[in-house]
Order: sequence, then C-alpha cells, then structure tokens
Amino acid sequence: MTATVSITHQTSLERTKLIRASLTRRNLSEKIFRGLGLTAVVLALGFVALLFIDVGRKGIPAFVQSNLHLSVTFDPAIVGGEVPPVQVAGQSDADFQAANLKWQRSVAMLNWNKVIEASLRTLVPAGIEISSKDLLTIAETDARHEVRERFVADHSLLGKTVDIDVLASANAANWIKGNIDRSLPDNQQQLSAPTRAVIDSMVANGAISNGFSWSILTNVDSRSAPASAGLLGAFVGTLYMMLIVIVLAVPIGVASAIYLEEFAPKSRLTDFIEVNINNLAAVPSIVFGLLGAAAFINYMHLPISAPIVGGLVLTLMTLPTIIIATRGALLGVSPALRQAALGMGASKTQMVFHHVLPVTFPSILTATILGVAHALGETAPLLLIGMKAFVASVPATPFDQATALPVQIYLWQGNENRNFFEPRTAAAIIVLLLVMICLNGVAIYLRSRLEKRA
Amino acid sequence: MDMVAGKVKMTQQSVNSTMNPIDALERPIRLTARDVTVHYGAKQALHGISIDIPDRAVTSFIGPSGCGKSTFLRCINRMNDTIEGAKVGGTIKLDGDDIYDPNLDVVELRARIGMVFQKPNPFPKSIYENVAYGPKIHGLARSKTDMDEIVVSSLRKAGLFEEVKDRLNEPGTGLSGGQQQRLCIARAIAVGPEVILMDEPCSALDPIATAIIEELIDELRENYTIVIVTHSMQQAARVSQRTAFFHLGNLIEEGVTEDIFTNPEHKQTQDYIMGRIG
Repeated sequence: MTATVSITHQTSLERTKLIRASLTRRNLSEKIFRGLGLTAVVLALGFVALLFIDVGRKGIPAFVQSNLHLSVTFDPAIVGGEVPPVQVAGQSDADFQAANLKWQRSVAMLNWNKVIEASLRTLVPAGIEISSKDLLTIAETDARHEVRERFVADHSLLGKTVDIDVLASANAANWIKGNIDRSLPDNQQQLSAPTRAVIDSMVANGAISNGFSWSILTNVDSRSAPASAGLLGAFVGTLYMMLIVIVLAVPIGVASAIYLEEFAPKSRLTDFIEVNINNLAAVPSIVFGLLGAAAFINYMHLPISAPIVGGLVLTLMTLPTIIIATRGALLGVSPALRQAALGMGASKTQMVFHHVLPVTFPSILTATILGVAHALGETAPLLLIGMKAFVASVPATPFDQATALPVQIYLWQGNENRNFFEPRTAAAIIVLLLVMICLNGVAIYLRSRLEKRA
Repeated sequence: MDMVAGKVKMTQQSVNSTMNPIDALERPIRLTARDVTVHYGAKQALHGISIDIPDRAVTSFIGPSGCGKSTFLRCINRMNDTIEGAKVGGTIKLDGDDIYDPNLDVVELRARIGMVFQKPNPFPKSIYENVAYGPKIHGLARSKTDMDEIVVSSLRKAGLFEEVKDRLNEPGTGLSGGQQQRLCIARAIAVGPEVILMDEPCSALDPIATAIIEELIDELRENYTIVIVTHSMQQAARVSQRTAFFHLGNLIEEGVTEDIFTNPEHKQTQDYIMGRIG
C-alpha cells in the first residue's frame, strides 16, 4: 500500500476518522449560523422592546388627565343678559329656531372667563396674591365652552351654583405630574410662582385630581387646548378608510387573483398583467398619493382631505398585496384536490368556490387583514390628498373632512408646543399600535380557528 | 344506448376463488378508442392507441413507468383538458358518442365516467359531504331523504358503510388510507357513472387495504365498466378480465388477461411480464 489511499482501500477506521474531521467542520458552520440567527433575533426583539418602552414611558402619562373640580356660580351680574326665547302660539318652528340661535350667539359673547375666574378665586388660599390672567392659566382654555354649554342646556341655572369638572391646563397638569423641574428659576417656568402655589394647594385640598384621560379618546383635535386635544376625529377617519378598503380592495383583489390564477388563459397579456401587479406592489406609497390627488381630486372632483379619497388611495395601494397573497395561496392548493373536484364533474367555478377557496380562505383572510393594517398605518399618501389639515370635528360621513391616526401623529409631532409633541404624540402612537395589534390579533384568531375547523 | 361496435372475448377468472366468475364469455363494447395521440407541447406521449373496452368488466392497463397508460386513462374522461399544453388527437367513443365532440359538455361526460386517483384524495369535508358532493352538483337528489339514501347505498357498495356509519359527519381525511380510497370510490359511485377509471388505486395502500379494494373492484364489475391502471402485474392478473400492455407510448398488445400473462404474442410483453423491462 502507498501513502495515498484510494476510497476502496480505506479501512473503516480511516473512514470514521475522515467523517469525524468533516463533522467538526460541519458542526462549526452550523454553530456559527445558529449564533448569527440568534443574534439577529435578539437584536430585533431588543429594538422592538426599546420602541415599546420608549413610547410607553412617554405616552402612558398622557393617558392621565388632571381634572379641576369647580363650583361655578352663574352670576346674573355676568351672565344675566338676555333670556332664552319661548315658542309662543302661532310662531313657526323656523322662527323659533332663529330666535334660539340668536340667543345662543349672545350667550357665546358673554365673558365666561370671568365666571371661571370667580370660581377659581374661591379656591385661592389666603395670603396668595394672584392676577386674573395667571389664575385662568390653571384651567384649560376650553373650560369656558363646557361651562357655557351647561348654561345653554339649562337656563334655569342662572343665579345658582353647580359643580362642574373641567380639565386643568396642560401646563398645570405637567407641573402636577412632576414633568417640570421644580427647582428651575421663575424666569424658566411656564407658570408664575403664585400660580404654582395655588395649583399645589388645589391638589392638596382635592380641587384637582388625576384620572384616566377619556378626553384623548372622546375629544377631537384642538390647537389651543393641548390638554383636551383628542383622537376621536382621526380615529373615525381611519375607521371610514378601513371600511372603504375592506369593501373595495378585498373583493376586487380576491376576485382578480382568482381570475388570473384559475381562469385567465396563459398568454403574453396575462404575463404582462402579472409583471405589472408585482411592480405595483413595490411602488412607493407616496406615488399612490399623487395618483389619488390627480385622479380622484383633480379629475373626479371628490372632496379634498376626505376619508373617501384616502380610502380609495389606500385601496389602490393594497390591491397588489392582496392579489399577490391570494394567488400565492391558490397556487399552494394541492393538485389532488383540484383533480378530485374536476373528476367528480365539477365545473371550474364549482371547483374554485366549493373546494379551492374554502381551503385557502384562512391564508387569504390573514393576508388581507395584514394588508389592510399596513394600509392604515400609511401616512405619506394621505398627506398628498390633503388629509393633514387641522380638523376639529368628527366626520359624519366619509365625504367630510377628516384626518387619520398616523397623520394625527405626524401633525402633533410637528406642533411647536411641547405639550403636543411630547406626550400627545406618544399617546397617539400607542392608540395606533393598539388598533394594529387588534387587527393582527383578529387575523391570528380567525386563522387558528378556521384552520382547526378545516 | 347506441349500437355497440362489436363483442369482446372474455375468460373466467380462477385466480381468486372468492371472486364472482364472469357468466358470459362475450361482452358488448362500451368504449372504443381509435388512433388516440397525445402531445404535451412538442413531446408526443401517445402514438395512436386503438382499443375496445368491454361493458361491465375490468380492463387493466399495464406497462413500465412513463409508458402512457395513465395518460391514455386520463383521455377517457378528458382530464387531460386540465393540463396546460396537452393536445389529444384521434377519437374515443362512449356508446358510439364521440367524447371529444365540441358540443359535448365535459361536466356531463365526467358524470358518466367517474375517476379514482392514485393517491386517495377525499375532499377536506365530512364523509357524508364527500359522497353527497357529486349528486349535489349534478342535481341528482330531489330531497334530503333521497340524498341520505344515495350516500348510504354508495357507501355500502364501496364496502365502507359499516365502518363509518357512526361518524358520517367526521372529516373524510381522518380515515385510514384504504378507507379513504374506498370513500373516493363511493364518491365516484354516488353519481351513478357507467364507467369508473382507476389510476393505480392501490399504489399508496398496504397489502390488506389493497386486497379489500381488489375484492371491491371485482364486486363492482357486475354493474360498472372498470378501467384500471396498475403497476402490479399480479393485481392485473387478479382483478381484470382483459389486459393491455403499453410501452413507450404504444399499445403493444391487448387481449384476455390469461392469454396476455400465459401466452403473450410480443416479445416486449413477454420481457415485461418476466421482469426484464421495468
């Protein structure tokens, strides 16, 4: 035997040695790959955790609001003025409405700040000198609307004293929550020294208390009253868009995918369509915004900054995703099932609707929900169709002006008032993430349920 | 029924004593194929197959892998239509009617010619729904009672009823492989076909399940024309009255099963049967 061994002359011992040597190499490369994979997963999870911790730390305090419990006296000297009209016999409804509106306008002109100031004044402890202007900074600027609305609703309150809860101003709330360094000198404080003293005494005697901030969920956006700015308008806008996307994108997308995959003849045209759909899925979302502005607003004259246009744009954006996912799911159905159906004499349509679709339904559903969720998180296309306007109302229909949750985040983040961009932005992000988690949760739940049933 | 083209000679089977001996030695022809060719794109898979298939008897197609026996079987109920790029030439007649007639609805054809596949492929639905599906889409049951009757009698004919009668609403995919295949046979029978095509129905089954299916095939031939593709020469010998040997897309020879196995005319048939081609 020579020094070089050919395979056939190897002893089993030599072979074992060679195998062991190669085994070490293989095991090492497997270890390296596993290590890299694990590192990637840990890094990814770490960043997600960091995001959640950061957003939570900043946003959760925004879900606490400081409520100011006031005893408001509707002093006839301030709010006396005109009495509300009473419908007399022979007066038409329209006339009465006009008279009533006139009265409401006159009530709106009254100096409600004076009423609030008087109420706040009763809570100022003896020995503190505080100006009217400083005193009013304790209550949020929309407090006067709340007091006024009480009066409009019940004119018999004139001369009476009632308890009304209003929001403390954002500055006051930040002072109470300890978000502001108490050791800063007066000239760096948002609130004057007597105001801070009054606030502290109000907290001590229970005139101000903290509670869960329903206002962030039930109020619309505001520019002047940061503490009362809420997400309801944006939430409803997002909801309308979601409905439009579900109603349009899901049936159109699933139907196109079924047609292309099951019925369309394989030709150059269908190849061309397929390539284009795949390309559309990769088009930047902002381009869809431009398309929406050009097609739906300039050409079709749909209203600007309305959820209907936003929904249509997001539909266009989601369609390729849904089509591709559905085709993928259809492609995955085993040929045996198709043959079984066709062999029984089922028509192609019956094969698709009786057998193929029920099997693929869970994956189509999941893909669809994820596509819709992805669309609802989009901001860029909505900016281009005017949905970044300040809208301080809840849209009654999809044709009314509205904004959307991600755009609301963008708007608050861009606001120069730190009371907006600090806690409100993070709070809005939490709400948006919760909506997304809910949608994904529904997708996971439906999927597991349908798969169990199948 | 149209005039049949002729009669085909049969022999009695003596391989399995439990099987019913065939009563007559001659049977009318049910299916006639003339010069059938199949192209998959540029590749020719079948070169002019001509064969007569007798009524209410089992005809088996044997031959090595890729010989075209399954391709030819799939021509008989036009399952090749579903394959992209497949082109079928020649004529196949069922009771004298051309099944490739453009005016003939393929759905109606498949109601008359049922098919059982190589791998059991029950629908992912309940046992009841599996059997009821065919009658439902073809509108064969006028009422729920009708349907119940069809389902029960089909399951009985497939020899499955006693095993599944307490769990008709459980998924068909939960049965054993052999039971699933019998469910597929019941499903095919439920439509009341005249011909049943079986594409290697036992190749995915164990020997016991295979024996049960073979026995079932022998019972079914009293009422149905059966064409079976099989890899197993023993199976062909056990269940069929006539055998056709395919090789490289050609029909080499066909005839009474006993003759093919004991006294083949062609050397290729002889070689295959002796295990020299495979």
